[in-house]
Amino acid sequence: MARYFTDEHEWIDVEGDTATVGITDYAQEQLGDIVFVETPEVGSMVDKGGDAAVVESVKAASDVYAPITGEVVEGNAALEEDPALVNTSPEEDGWFFKMTIGDKDELEGLMDAKAYEAFVASL
Amino acid sequence: MNAPNQSGWKPTTPAAGEGKFGGPATTTGNKALMLEEPLIFEIADNQTTGVDLPEVDTSATTRLGGMARDADIGLPGLAEPEAIRHYTRLSRQNYGIDLGFFPLGSCTMKHNPRLNEKVARMPGFADVHPLQPVDTVRGALGVINELAHWLIKLTGMHGVAMSPKAGAHGELCGILCIRAALEARGDAREVVLVPESAHGTNPATAAFAGYRVEGIPANADGRVDLEALKARLGPDVAAVMITNPNTCGLFEPDMRAISDAVHAAGGFVYCDGANFNAIVGRVRPGDLGVDAMHINLHKTFSTPHGGGGPGSGPVVLSEALSPFGPLPYTARTKDGVVHLVEEEGADAFAKEHFGGPLSHFGRMTAFHGQMGMFTRALTYMLSHGADGLKQVAEDAVLNANYILRSMEDVLYAPYAPSGPCMHEALFGDKDFADGLSTMDLAKGMIDEGYHPMTMYFPLVVHGAMLVEPTETESKATIDQFITAFRSVVERAKAGDQTLATAPHYAPRSRMDETQAARKPLLAYTDPE
Amino acid sequence: MRYLPLTDTDRSAMLDTIGASSVDDLFIDVPEVARLDGPIRDLPMHAGEMAVEKHMRTLSKQNLAAADAAFFLGAGAYRHHVPASVDHIIQRGEFLTAYTPYQPEIAQGTLQMLFEFQSQVARLYGCAVANASMYDGSTACWEAVAMAHRVTKRKRVVLSGALHPHYAEVVRTMAKFTDDDIAGAKPAISAQPDNAGLIARIDDNTSCVVVQYPDILGRLPDLEEIAEAAHAKGALLIAVNTEPVALGAIKSPGELGADIVVGEGQSIGVGLQFGGPYLGLFAVRDKKHVRQMPGRLCGETVDADGKRGFVLTLSTREQHIRREKATSNICTNSGLCALAFSVHMTLLGEKGLRQLAAENHRLSCIAADKLAAVPGVTVLNDSFFNEFTIMFDADARQIVRDLAEDKILAGVSLGRLYPDVDAFSGGLLVAVTETTTEEDIETLCSALKEKLA
Repeated sequence: MARYFTDEHEWIDVEGDTATVGITDYAQEQLGDIVFVETPEVGSMVDKGGDAAVVESVKAASDVYAPITGEVVEGNAALEEDPALVNTSPEEDGWFFKMTIGDKDELEGLMDAKAYEAFVASL
Repeated sequence: MNAPNQSGWKPTTPAAGEGKFGGPATTTGNKALMLEEPLIFEIADNQTTGVDLPEVDTSATTRLGGMARDADIGLPGLAEPEAIRHYTRLSRQNYGIDLGFFPLGSCTMKHNPRLNEKVARMPGFADVHPLQPVDTVRGALGVINELAHWLIKLTGMHGVAMSPKAGAHGELCGILCIRAALEARGDAREVVLVPESAHGTNPATAAFAGYRVEGIPANADGRVDLEALKARLGPDVAAVMITNPNTCGLFEPDMRAISDAVHAAGGFVYCDGANFNAIVGRVRPGDLGVDAMHINLHKTFSTPHGGGGPGSGPVVLSEALSPFGPLPYTARTKDGVVHLVEEEGADAFAKEHFGGPLSHFGRMTAFHGQMGMFTRALTYMLSHGADGLKQVAEDAVLNANYILRSMEDVLYAPYAPSGPCMHEALFGDKDFADGLSTMDLAKGMIDEGYHPMTMYFPLVVHGAMLVEPTETESKATIDQFITAFRSVVERAKAGDQTLATAPHYAPRSRMDETQAARKPLLAYTDPE
Repeated sequence: MRYLPLTDTDRSAMLDTIGASSVDDLFIDVPEVARLDGPIRDLPMHAGEMAVEKHMRTLSKQNLAAADAAFFLGAGAYRHHVPASVDHIIQRGEFLTAYTPYQPEIAQGTLQMLFEFQSQVARLYGCAVANASMYDGSTACWEAVAMAHRVTKRKRVVLSGALHPHYAEVVRTMAKFTDDDIAGAKPAISAQPDNAGLIARIDDNTSCVVVQYPDILGRLPDLEEIAEAAHAKGALLIAVNTEPVALGAIKSPGELGADIVVGEGQSIGVGLQFGGPYLGLFAVRDKKHVRQMPGRLCGETVDADGKRGFVLTLSTREQHIRREKATSNICTNSGLCALAFSVHMTLLGEKGLRQLAAENHRLSCIAADKLAAVPGVTVLNDSFFNEFTIMFDADARQIVRDLAEDKILAGVSLGRLYPDVDAFSGGLLVAVTETTTEEDIETLCSALKEKLA
């Protein structure tokens, strides 16, 4: 399993042909208390860089973009009951959705953990 | 009231007692005049009523076609004394203009004259049905028409659509007029340009009307960057939405040049009229090339805000847009008669009296608009007259500049160096101590007895505080406010942590908005 | 001027502080072309209270107030008695002159009232959640259609022919800008609403079916049957109610399966006011749809000391945060009208509302029977609550105009509502409420007897 990061502060775990997507610890800290997550519908196609999910705090709603192109196969149902999971466990239990990987080449432009850490440090 | 705190009274620091103010806790949770009040669902029942109605035998034959209700609704009822007390107690947990200074930027919280209320309740206005035969409502139509006349004269425009129910509804009406005018000339355009400092309703409106929204850059002075705007204009731009005076409290000196450039590119200029109070009676938007502008009667023309509405948002229109306004409308013909023009015969009427068919884009609401607000606004206009309204703008601008200049030495005022402001003064949180924010300052102002200023708007200034005093405040009130504002600013700069937990003296301390949004409780549920 | 506290002494002292020599210096950014040299022409100068009141009273007297006539108008706006205490409460300055409750610590009065209002509306409509109100019934109706589009991601809207024509026109106007495809119709002039015809128009692309209950002709469609048919096709049922008093006597739309229930709340507490301000009511049966709702929502929470309190919540749906992605551009609600509704409803309570509904229905049945006995008058409806349709072999519009001269406001003619349908010209909607006396009914009947003879 490999983990990638985007400059939009998302992480992507790749396991075989499936990717799990969430937002990073840095992102949840910036957003503050998360009150709602709208995950994409199962079966919908998302394009790299297009809107995939919405994450809301009390005073802001932010779009989460699809890091790669593919089909959504699962949304994290636990977030419906407990959106705070994004704050308490952003990079594990607070994942947003799982998707197929349409084009493996798209992963190549993404960062690894070390590069992302450096990216965050530079902000 | 000439100086703050004349009696020299000093608040005592809360002691380590049980009660919040250092005194003992009370059994009821009440504190003298601060009275807690339960929900009606907790104090009322389904047997009590506060009205006297005849007992009707509901088992008698009815014509309800099998739809007769069998289940209880679950509505609580109170006898009149209890009902009056419930709502009176609730009212006392509210701040209002009647109670104190309300410097809420971009909202124009001015005094609401009581003559307006009296007039709105005259039976000839309050007790008439919108679909009565027109011969029985000539006076009501006359009010609409007379108000329309005032709005047209005050703005230097050509026509006015009276039916929009609020500012945002008026905005939508204006943009739909623009779209209808463009469609009438077969010109499909896709983009509406909106400055970043605009009210959120502007982009929401343009998006609803099917347009793509693009930003307009501001220059360092907080104004529209004319050259950048000109560079962006083209055959795809339907309209530019501008707020003037803008939300930074500044007049756009290039407004005429902006309008000319937009018109030259075939587009229209929408002006957000939220800030009309700064210029009413002194500057006419029509002279600046504006094509459409909504007027918030509840801001400039003193109809009450009522805790969030109802508003009223007539839209004044340029000659180019006037034929496209929605139905119904009123018109006074040469014989002096005021007509109501509805779907029936609208084209024939226009042909006969205006020499051309109307191309109205449809209907925005069931009836004629906010009549109850029209009577109030017209009463206000007649009271002030053309001379008084000019004085309104001048005093509103004077009060705002007085606050700006009395604060700029202690509080960051980003646009103060570039000259006078209009009717509101903008400040930022630049020099606050770490850990204290504009929100904390605002809550500190609550403890001082004020409604906070508008916060975090416009978005272009960090930790923005937008102060709009209006013209209905005395110098003494404003002086006292300045003294209080300065003291809270000094506390924020010095890192006074008691601000972080303010307000300390309001009916409630800070509310847990996260819990409210995570687990929404939006209706009362009976206990199991 | 009585609303301006500044004196000339104040003004010059303030100009000194500012460092300006005159107020003109503060308007230097206004371009030359737009500077006016004096008060705007063609408008009167200021006037005292007495003069203004006199002018407005003159205009007021040019109208025939409902109280001075035998009054039978409805069609979306109803005349009911409003208890005196309602007007007293809404004129309290703390309610009247408050702003939108964005500072909850000093706005609990408005917020708790809104929470109570939402709860009352939800119960009345048989729904889980109601919002803090919209502009009026017609705009609430459009907002419901737009919401159904968001929920179902479909665009085909089926309007019942018996939906108020102004409501249908508002929906049609707005839909032009959102690409919704509106399938409307005219009402069938029949004793029963045409449910079968409506159901036949629902297909797999339908986002919603919009049905008025009671309908524009006063009839009571069986919503349950329509709800089942809509749900079978994956469409939502939007029920529209323009007379909330009716719900004291008939089943709520929510319990009959409507997914979104909207309507006009003016009947309770607000008064006629020549059409506005009114009160748009908006509720959803299933709380899973809450995040797609337009408008303000008030919710319960606690403060930092653990005390119960209320706040505006889920505001990320709204324009001031979502800007171009908001669920609606609506900004205000009808706050003060919502207060009037809530106070009146609290005074009524369960018992009062049901008595009020029963009294409306009783008087309406009397009126229908007496009118049916007038030669030349046919009562169309099999079912009705407090409004029904009568038909003549004459132009009802002219009859209405003629009767108005004798201070009889006989009703709303179908010709006024459907000017382009000749077949409707003999139709008249007659509404009867607790404010109608049996004497008024006699007056109407004898006038019609004379007119139609």
